[in-house]
Amino acid sequence: MAIPGAKLPDATGLELLANELRDAQEGSVVDTLHFRGKGTIEVAPAHVRSTLQRLREKGYGFLCSVHGVDYYPEEPRLGVHYELLDMERVDRLTVKLRVSTETPQVESVTPDWPTANHQEREIWDMFGVVFEGHPDPRRILMPEDYEGHPQRRDFPIGGEPILFTIDEAQGTHYPT
Amino acid sequence: MSATDYDYRAIEESITMGSLGRQVSENLHDELLTLNFGPHHPATHGVLRILVTLDGEVVRELKPIIGYVHTGIEKTAEQKSYWKVIPVIERMDYLAYYFNAMAFCGSVETLLDCEVPKRAQYLRVIHMELNRIMSHLVWLGTSCLDLGAISMFWYGFRERERILDLFEQSSGQRMHTRYFQVGGVMEDIPVGFAEKLRQFLAIMPERVDQYEAILNKNEIVLQRLRHVCPLDAESLMDLGVTGPLLRAAGVPWDLRKHAPYSSYEDFDFLVPVGEAGDNYDRFMVRIREMRQSVRIIEQALDGLPEGPWITEDRKVALPPRHELATSMEALIHHFKLVTEGFRVPPGESYYPIESPRGELGCFVRSDGSSKPARVHMRDPSFVNLQATEAMCQGSYIADMIATLAALDPVLGGIDR
Repeated sequence: MAIPGAKLPDATGLELLANELRDAQEGSVVDTLHFRGKGTIEVAPAHVRSTLQRLREKGYGFLCSVHGVDYYPEEPRLGVHYELLDMERVDRLTVKLRVSTETPQVESVTPDWPTANHQEREIWDMFGVVFEGHPDPRRILMPEDYEGHPQRRDFPIGGEPILFTIDEAQGTHYPT
Repeated sequence: MSATDYDYRAIEESITMGSLGRQVSENLHDELLTLNFGPHHPATHGVLRILVTLDGEVVRELKPIIGYVHTGIEKTAEQKSYWKVIPVIERMDYLAYYFNAMAFCGSVETLLDCEVPKRAQYLRVIHMELNRIMSHLVWLGTSCLDLGAISMFWYGFRERERILDLFEQSSGQRMHTRYFQVGGVMEDIPVGFAEKLRQFLAIMPERVDQYEAILNKNEIVLQRLRHVCPLDAESLMDLGVTGPLLRAAGVPWDLRKHAPYSSYEDFDFLVPVGEAGDNYDRFMVRIREMRQSVRIIEQALDGLPEGPWITEDRKVALPPRHELATSMEALIHHFKLVTEGFRVPPGESYYPIESPRGELGCFVRSDGSSKPARVHMRDPSFVNLQATEAMCQGSYIADMIATLAALDPVLGGIDR
């Protein structure tokens, strides 16, 4: 079963595309992967904005989705995926990058692709990837004063203590 | 203190507005008012808060603030085996539950490399298109409610009720049916379902005509919709907007047509597009889409192939009930599936489908275990919401309400 809309590039086409990107910028492409009929290019975090811009010139003019992944316990842990779409040839391509939790800085692509605005904010909120140059780098789904990044794999699940007014009045901060 | 010491007038005159540290304009029209719109406001179609800066009645700036119904479904999904994820994922965009399930099942099937039987694909199409009509009916009813027309709401919900009855007949549930399984659908459609569906298909085109007549010939509705808050195709594509909103601006982009999944290539249907990309086009595109959905369902029902409705792969789908009494192997498979669930080979897949609101993509990462390592929904409402400011800037606040309705955001999908 193939992913709908993923027919090109085939494994060879993907390599050619990756080589072109490599030629344009030394060290921009880290790895390529062809899985279930769809190509993935892994890029160096420093070159993501320029690489996406080059791919846009090649026809991938629509950024469908930007999402984060935590590869825990693998290192570097955090991943950001960019789903590109070529509407003319009806073709999809994934561009991904990996950063560590110690240096989670990635250049924001929001200036080039306004659609990434909310999605990059969500990745910051959920995974703690810092998008440099983002026009509005705030949390989006969690409260602004929230601590931690809940979608990380090592973030504990389970209930969080909730402060009720009645407990506060009685001097006990959290129900035990 | 005597009366003369206390000079009230002198104190009053000494007070200046300058101490407030704020420029107060001479001209009334220059003053901007920042207003919280929501989160508890019926016209926001959910728990959406919008921070608007108003210049009189004109919207100058607009910032959507979301997260009020964030329930962490993506995190919850990581703690559950694949087949137990379906019920929680259905509750994201609560008007498009079949689509949520389809995107997730499609993504897992891609990872499994599992073939879905033709009958299951057709049954999925029937249910998804019914769901699309249902979602558009809710949108039509609530949008008209925002414009001040209440009867449309009752008419829309009358037909929606028939669709929910059909869902109940095929799966036992009216909403969040969990009908789609990884590898196919839960059960074959019951006796009498086809007949009842045909009755619905017979009346639906006529009802759509009635809706169109009641609204499209109404001067008030037309004045509220025509030339209101248009946005050109290029800006929409930059903002990542898909679905009826993009089609209203004249881009014939529909994943069912361009990148068919679940046998959509077998059906003959049109992709309605608009011209100006204003609220009227957004309204008309959805009305026409309902007609096309009826056509798709008719073709799927006529051409419904015989055969299994779920994959025969016992590693993925439960064995039929009768086999459990006689086959030891079936019992083992059943036990393994119910206790641990099936394991999925490691990999990542992004499966996009055309939901009533646009591209709904499900990203699943598997680490080889029986629980997904990451589930992410690219929800169209979440992305489309970014276009609100571009659409509403410079328009009246009443038109902002109408445009929000035309966006058709579902907050359950936005916040997940």
